[in-house]
Amino acid sequence: MSASLAEALSAVMLLAVLACAVIRPWGWPEAVVAVPAAVVVIGTGAISLSEARAEAGQLGPVIGFLAAVLVLAQLCDDEGLFRACGSLLSRAAAGQPRRLLACVFAVASVITAVLSLDATIVLLTPVVFATAARLGVRSKPHVFACTHLSNTASLLLPVSNLTNLLAFAASGLSFPRFAALMALPWLIAIGTEYLVFRRFFATDLDAGAHAPPVAEPAEVPVFALATVACTLAGFVLTSALGLSPAWAACAGALVLAARALARRRTTPAAIVRAAAVPFLAFVLALGVVVRALTGNGLAGALGQLIPGGTGLPALLAIVAVAAVLANVINNLPAVLVLLPLTAPAGPGAVLAVLLGVNIGPNLTYAGSLATLLWRRIVHEHDTDVDIREFTRLGLLTVPAALLLATLALWASLTVMGG
Amino acid sequence: MTVVIAWIVEGTWPACVDAARAHAPDDAEITLLHVTASEVPGAARGAYAGLLGRARPGRDPGPRLEHLASASAGQLLDAAAERLRRPCARSERVGRVEREVVAAAEGADLLILARDGDRARLGPRSLGPASRFVVDHAPCPVLLVWPEPPPSVATIPPPPPHPPHHRERPGPR
Repeated sequence: MSASLAEALSAVMLLAVLACAVIRPWGWPEAVVAVPAAVVVIGTGAISLSEARAEAGQLGPVIGFLAAVLVLAQLCDDEGLFRACGSLLSRAAAGQPRRLLACVFAVASVITAVLSLDATIVLLTPVVFATAARLGVRSKPHVFACTHLSNTASLLLPVSNLTNLLAFAASGLSFPRFAALMALPWLIAIGTEYLVFRRFFATDLDAGAHAPPVAEPAEVPVFALATVACTLAGFVLTSALGLSPAWAACAGALVLAARALARRRTTPAAIVRAAAVPFLAFVLALGVVVRALTGNGLAGALGQLIPGGTGLPALLAIVAVAAVLANVINNLPAVLVLLPLTAPAGPGAVLAVLLGVNIGPNLTYAGSLATLLWRRIVHEHDTDVDIREFTRLGLLTVPAALLLATLALWASLTVMGG
Repeated sequence: MTVVIAWIVEGTWPACVDAARAHAPDDAEITLLHVTASEVPGAARGAYAGLLGRARPGRDPGPRLEHLASASAGQLLDAAAERLRRPCARSERVGRVEREVVAAAEGADLLILARDGDRARLGPRSLGPASRFVVDHAPCPVLLVWPEPPPSVATIPPPPPHPPHHRERPGPR
């Protein structure tokens, strides 16, 4: 097959995969289209079998790691970790909206970093809303904080975001080194968001609270917390021993799963559901299709936009390209496209891609223009939502957070060495 | 019959209820109105939709937030009705808050709302964006109350000095 035909076929397949992931015709799992698309690009020779195998070999451990983190988060929820977060928040807030916002920022940042952004969106956001309601506080600043931090606070660890796991595999960094380089950008980005939120929502935060703070006994899920702490220590230990940190995540998930099964709090079927097997298949298939496209011309086209080196101007340019691409399609395909182009320039360039694809999606209400437009077209619940406020908040936070986090990354790279 | 609407908002609602009790005529029909901002569950839905490839039935936090919001609105109106200690009607709406309030106020004889901006000093900043919109667009008389005792008149900044041509203008002859 000629290179141009292969490129066209791969492009059509990628568009079909992304379109179905956004549109989800008849509620199909995203893998229903993605897996056949991957088979088509392999079958037609748009990507050779050995290349596809290499891509699968690289993505396999990442996907296993992801499954372990998803299971870990779900089991933590079953153990009552997020309920405990709610009562911690309501006690620490002491009936003051501004204190509640600070506590929500702290909790959402830690949950996102350790248990991934999915946990913050799916498991923590309802708890935060319920806490605000119980305190008689206006909920908007706190719920918006969860949605923003699920992106911004996912910079710290490889496990915080699937984009990070993909970049981690491509960067060659160790787990502790990844975290060390990203710590300052993570803190700076969260701090920027916090300052903007306090001003942006000043009216809601000044409104006060009118509900007697109910002292409720908080059951702290000690076992779940200890398991998560041991898992984090395991990430460092496995890296020191030269093993994949995915093993630590698997061990943590297994320990919690064994306990939950023994106490009949969960079922094997529920654990398999938490691992989201169709999603894992989707990621693998998406990776193969993107590899077929980048191998057949897209790399050349985008490569001209990506500067070499990891000086400050180069980092800023990479962050900008990544943020724009993530906003147009979605950060997952964006990172798959950009990683092969930036990996040769070193870990600094790869981490810059992450700043762009992780912070950038806060600009649009649904993470990307493609998703937003589709939801508007089908009037999927969102028509009566005023997206102007969310967009204004994004315009105030995203460019500032991107710029300052890039400066922080550049400083970290300069001090610690790329 | 006089129709009075008290807009109940988290944080500032007791002042509205007290004003309704103090100022509504005895035969007035009082409605306690609460509006849930649709962008709060909407933001959760949007964030979930942004998780490409992870859509699974029953995982979307949006419907859970809608459910929680409806329960919390009900509890807030319960508390308000208890404080009012008068027969009253309730109205729960969902949507763009300021527009829903204006729509609900159509045909009313009085709309009661509380200031919710910077309440440290008298001035235009004591109205937040939503209440500013409602005051500007209300299709009925409006009673605007302070959620707590108002700041003193001394919080108004001194007037700017008169420009020179004002001072030197000759008086009428």
